[in-house]
This record gives sequence, structure tokens and C-alpha cells, in this order.
Amino acid sequence: MNFELTDVQRDIQRLCREFAARELIPNARKWDETHAWPTEAVKKLAELSLLGVAVPEQYGGAGLDNVCYAIAMEEISRGCASTGVIMSVNNSLYCDPVMKFGTEEQKQEFLVPFARGEKLGCFGLTEPEAGSDAAAQKTIAVRRGDEFVINGSKNWITVGPKADAIVLFTMTNKEAGNKGITAFLVPTHTPGFIRAEPDKKMGISAAHSCSMFFEDMRVPARNILGKEGEGFKVAMSTLDGGRIGIAAQALGIARAAFEEAVRYSGERQTFGKPIREHQAIQFMLADMATEIDAARLLVLQAAVLKDKGMRHSLESSMAKLYASEMASRVANKALQVHGGMGYSKEMDAERHVRDARITEIYEGTSEIQRIVISANVLKE
Amino acid sequence: MNLELSETQTLIRDTARKFAREKIAPRARALEREERFPTELFKELAEVGLLGVNIPARYGGAEAGVVAYALAMMEIAAADASTSVAMSVTNMCAELIHAFGTEAQREKFVTRLTSGEAVVGSFALSEPHAGSDPGALSTSAVRKGDKWVLNGSKQWITSGAYAGVMVVWARTSPAGNKGLSCFIVEGGTQGLIIGRHEDKMGLRSSNTVSLTFEDCEIPEDQLLGKEGEGFKLAMVALDGGRIGIASQACGVARAALEASVRYTKDRKAFNQPVADFQAPRFMMADMKVQLSAAELLTLRAAHMKEQGRPFTREASMAKLYASEMANRVCDKAVQLHGGYGYIDEFPVERYFRDARVQTIYEGTSEVQRMVIAREIFKLFS
Repeated sequence: MNFELTDVQRDIQRLCREFAARELIPNARKWDETHAWPTEAVKKLAELSLLGVAVPEQYGGAGLDNVCYAIAMEEISRGCASTGVIMSVNNSLYCDPVMKFGTEEQKQEFLVPFARGEKLGCFGLTEPEAGSDAAAQKTIAVRRGDEFVINGSKNWITVGPKADAIVLFTMTNKEAGNKGITAFLVPTHTPGFIRAEPDKKMGISAAHSCSMFFEDMRVPARNILGKEGEGFKVAMSTLDGGRIGIAAQALGIARAAFEEAVRYSGERQTFGKPIREHQAIQFMLADMATEIDAARLLVLQAAVLKDKGMRHSLESSMAKLYASEMASRVANKALQVHGGMGYSKEMDAERHVRDARITEIYEGTSEIQRIVISANVLKE
Repeated sequence: MNLELSETQTLIRDTARKFAREKIAPRARALEREERFPTELFKELAEVGLLGVNIPARYGGAEAGVVAYALAMMEIAAADASTSVAMSVTNMCAELIHAFGTEAQREKFVTRLTSGEAVVGSFALSEPHAGSDPGALSTSAVRKGDKWVLNGSKQWITSGAYAGVMVVWARTSPAGNKGLSCFIVEGGTQGLIIGRHEDKMGLRSSNTVSLTFEDCEIPEDQLLGKEGEGFKLAMVALDGGRIGIASQACGVARAALEASVRYTKDRKAFNQPVADFQAPRFMMADMKVQLSAAELLTLRAAHMKEQGRPFTREASMAKLYASEMANRVCDKAVQLHGGYGYIDEFPVERYFRDARVQTIYEGTSEVQRMVIAREIFKLFS
């Protein structure tokens, strides 16, 4: 047992920390206010091989492990949570399933340019009436010769407005429930693929998401990812990894909030001394630091298991549940430490609260994580 | 980062688990009802190496490291928190004497602790008006010829009536923290008076007493460390001790969760097992997540200590989080058992009472938060 990072993992941490300090932290507030997609930052993430961290080099990725990915996600999200989730979607929700379930031919077309960051991918599972309950989805794919005709819609698709391709989940056999779901790789320029305007959200404003509609969209059968009827397995396996990414994102947001609170509490004076010398403030900071460390250990535990090729559904769900709820608590306390300034858009504290809130919802709400965890606990 | 246990760590954990299940768990309830200190158990714990887990073999220890110690504590505490606290204090005393003692002190006293010959060890720091603030200690030690003469009183001393070897803090000069020294005192020494056994809410088969020193004469060579070095020794011991209590909290909480899983699968309400309702399932999910987080924090602190790196912040985080977690988890366990959670036919009300002291002893949660905040400000200064 050891808790040390390897030299490579440390290098990635330093690289991402420097990148965040230089490119993200100075811009994150502006991007949030103007809802501006961080075009330049995403391009630079690609240059640093951070859009395919765990994809082998032969497929255009950095060839690193999932611990590196989690560390990188924490640092990037500490700089800008929106940039963090864009990175997470391309890595975890798009490249990961194509790498795991794709054929060699599919990898050449749908993985290599995406892992290199020349193109961006997204993940289409959620619908107006189906999210974590995947079998309820209404997007239908009907075979016609060697093609499938797809009709339906998806919503809240992060990176959707910018994506070049999507891992799209459809029903190919409604009677079969979860076993009737099939995943397709679909270029977004396919005729019949229609995108709505970007969603207006409370936070992660620079990471655009949108609804999308499919009207008699024809997709070749060879674009099925995995096997027909295997979509549920593709989705669940992908989310096990994705949850590590979101947990690491939450961790990054919490750290940003915490570190700003530590700094502010040393500058702001009340009753003749810096507020950090008051015990109430000290104790809040101590609790924040402890919870951040606890969350990080849960995140790294899940990443280590994934790297070993071991089952990690329980550990990913624990990391996601704890880190996301922790991030909201920590961001709220950090805002409190800032007092009135925390509520002002002149500082970042209020943005962290808004950004943290989504981590309890997407890629499986806290309630879904508790369903997964309790099923594991009661099985033991 | 690698979370797999080594062979030695696995061996110690499995040994402790087997011992806990076979020898301790079946008697835990009876021991607590009778408030009986299980003297005979400690000889057996010593035989399987659990009274000196992180002590070299040449002094009778298992030489298995700090992570193995934490794992062993979790297992013993899952069966009985009272037994585990005596085990924790004994290991702590052995480690302290090993770290700061002379060769003669090591050979004499560490060996007696690890072999069970001393039964257990005791750690006598707290006084009626000084605990986490040792600078306020008033027990005095005055040199007289080749002896030290101790006068004063100590409070909340775990295993005090049974310990063959104690480490005792006393003031050798008035100069605050720098005036403290540490002594090894043998049980039964003339002038050492064992006070009334405290009637406690929990840990009822653990012995807790006050001690009074009345012209208690200690041989000169039982000064541990240097004169005036007592504060440093106390801080070093407590950093390690916090890992022990954090482990204890993890063990008790795990037992509470396991009992809850068993009970809710068995008990039916509205024609289905309680475990099939979402509300109890979600409670158990939260218990599991917090338990895992606490275990990781505890093992991380243990690992850092094992590596010889500074671990003050990590030990305080582990102690703070694990002890508060254990209280939340045991409270939920009582709730999940309904009325049965409140009666002593089921173990969870004992877990609840045993967990309560964990946020208090070896530094309250408030002291841990002071330590953590101080360490944070060092990092960000």
C-alpha cells in the first residue's frame, strides 16, 4: 500500500497546474459571464494531449493512466470548471467507449482525430424522459438493409453544440428493455441531425450543451458501437469511468473555492485581526480541507482500480457521490467566508457554488449513485 | 498510488480479524454488562503480535508497520471498542518507549508491553485541568538523589488500574511546555494510588481511572527522553495515537454498517424486507461512502508515518473525520434497527455509546480542527 504519486503523475499535475494558472484562472470569470466557449483553451488542451489522456499513443492519445486523468481533471477544473467538463466529456464519455468497444476501423475514424483533439466528441444518452433510466428512452433506430433509420431526440448533451461526432444511444428493440438498447457512432454532419440553441444554465456556462433531434437520420450498420442490443453495457461501463472524471471535476472546483477562502481570510480583517484568526473561520477551513482530502482519496481509489482493469462501479459511484456533495458544501462555506464579497460577481466564490451544483446531477444524480452503492453494500 | 496490501499487512489483518471474531466478539456484550476488564485477553493478543504491531521483533513486536497496526485496530475495534482502546494505548506506549528510550529501557519495558507481561500500558497525560493543553499540567517531578519524586493527579487514564507499565508526564520546571518531562512508572509503585473507576456512557469494559501520585519515587533511569522534552514526546505520541483512534472509529462504524445490512435484510415491514425500501438503502449507501473515506484517510496517515514523513495534518484529518463519521454511522444504525436499536439485545446501541468518546479523547474534534487549520496556514503562508 502506498499513497505516493509516480514521477509521471507528478509531472502531469505540475503541467496542468501551470496551464490552469496561465490560461484558465485569468479567464474563467469572463467566460462564465459571457457564456463564451473557451476555444483557445480547448485547442491548447489538445496540444498538451489532455483530450485523450488515457487513450494509447497509437490511437492519438497520451497513453497515460486513469490516475493521471483524474489528477489532470482536478487541476483543469480548479482553473475552470467549464473547461474541465469539456475535457471530461471528450475523454471519458467519448474516447473511452470508442477505445473499449470500437472496431479497428471505427477507432481510425472515430477515435484517432478525437483523442488528438482535432475533433470533439459527445455522449447522447439523456432524453427529456430518460436519463439514468436508460431503458425508458424513446429514440428509435430501425434497420433498413445495411442502414439504421434513427428518429427521436436527446437533451442536455454537453459539448453537443460543438461536437463532430456523438456516441448515440437508441432503442432497437423496445420489448427487450435494457437489452434492446444499441449505441451508434454518428458524425454530427449526418443529414437529419439537428441541434437546438445552447441551453441556458445556472453554471458551467462556458461548457455549452444543447438538445438535438434526429429526423429520419440514416446511419450505416457498421457504425454500431459494440454489438446490437449491447448499448446498455456500453453506457454503464462508460459512466463508471465518467464518474471518476466528474468526481475529479468536483474536487477541482472545491479546491479553487477553498484556496480562495484561505487567501481571503488572511487579508480581510474584522475586530482588529484577519478573519482566519477567528476560530469559526478556522474550523470551517479545517473541515473543508479534510473533506477535500477524503474526496481525493476516493477519486484516486476508483482510478487505481480502473487502471488495474478491476471492477470499480462501487468505487466510482462513491467518489462521484462524495466529491460532488462535498464540492457543494465546500463552495458554499467558501462563499460564507467571503461574506458579502462572496455574493458579488467581482469574485469567483459565487461561480464555484453554481459550478459545483451540477456535479450532483449529471452523469448520474446523487440518488442514482446511492442506488448503485446500496445495491453493492447489500450484496456483500 | 497502490492500495493493495502487502503480505505482512494481509497476514496481520487476517490474524486480527480471526482473533476478533473468535475470541472477542462472542464476549463483548457480557464484558460490557459486567464492566469487566478482560485481563486474560491481552496475553493472547500479545501472543499474536498485536500489542507491538509496529515494534521490531527483537523487542517482541510484530515489526509489521503502521498500516498493519491501523488494519489490526480496525478489526479488533469492530468486535469490541473497549478491548481496542487498551490495545491502542499499549501499542502507543511501546512505540514511545522504543522511539525515545535508552537501550536498557527498551529491553526492560518495551518487551514487557509487547509480551503481555505488563498486561497493558497506560498513558498518563490528562489532568483535571489539562488535557489537550499540556502546558497547563501541574503534576510535579522533583529530583532527590538518584530518584525522581512525583506528586499530583491524573485523570481519565485508560487501563490505569491494570497497567504494568505507564508513561507519565510531570512538570520538572515551571517553564510551560518546556518544563515538562516524561517518566516510565511501573504499576504498583509505592505512592501511586489508583482512584475510583469512572462510570462511563460507553467503553464500559475499558478501565478508566484517576491516578494520584503521593511522593511516588521513580528511579532516575526511568526518565524517558531528556528532561524538558516531555511536550515533544506527548505530541509525537498523540500524532500516532490519533491514527489508532481513527482506526478504532472505522472498526466500530464498519460493525454498525454490517449489523444494519444484516438486520434490514431480515426484518420485514409492509410485507417486504426493510432493505428493499429506498430510504434505508440510501442511509446505508451514505454510511458506506463515509466509512470508505475515513478508512482511506486513516490508512494514508498510517502510510505517511510509516514512511517517516510528517503526518500531523493527515493524522488529525483522519481522527476528526473518522470519529465524526462513526458517530453519524452508529446513529443511523440505531435508526435502521428501530426499537431494537435501542435495546442491548442488539449491538448497535453499544456501538453508538462506544463511538461517542471518539470525538473527545486523544484530542477533541475542536483540537483537531485547530491543528488542521494551523497546518493549512503553514502550507498557504
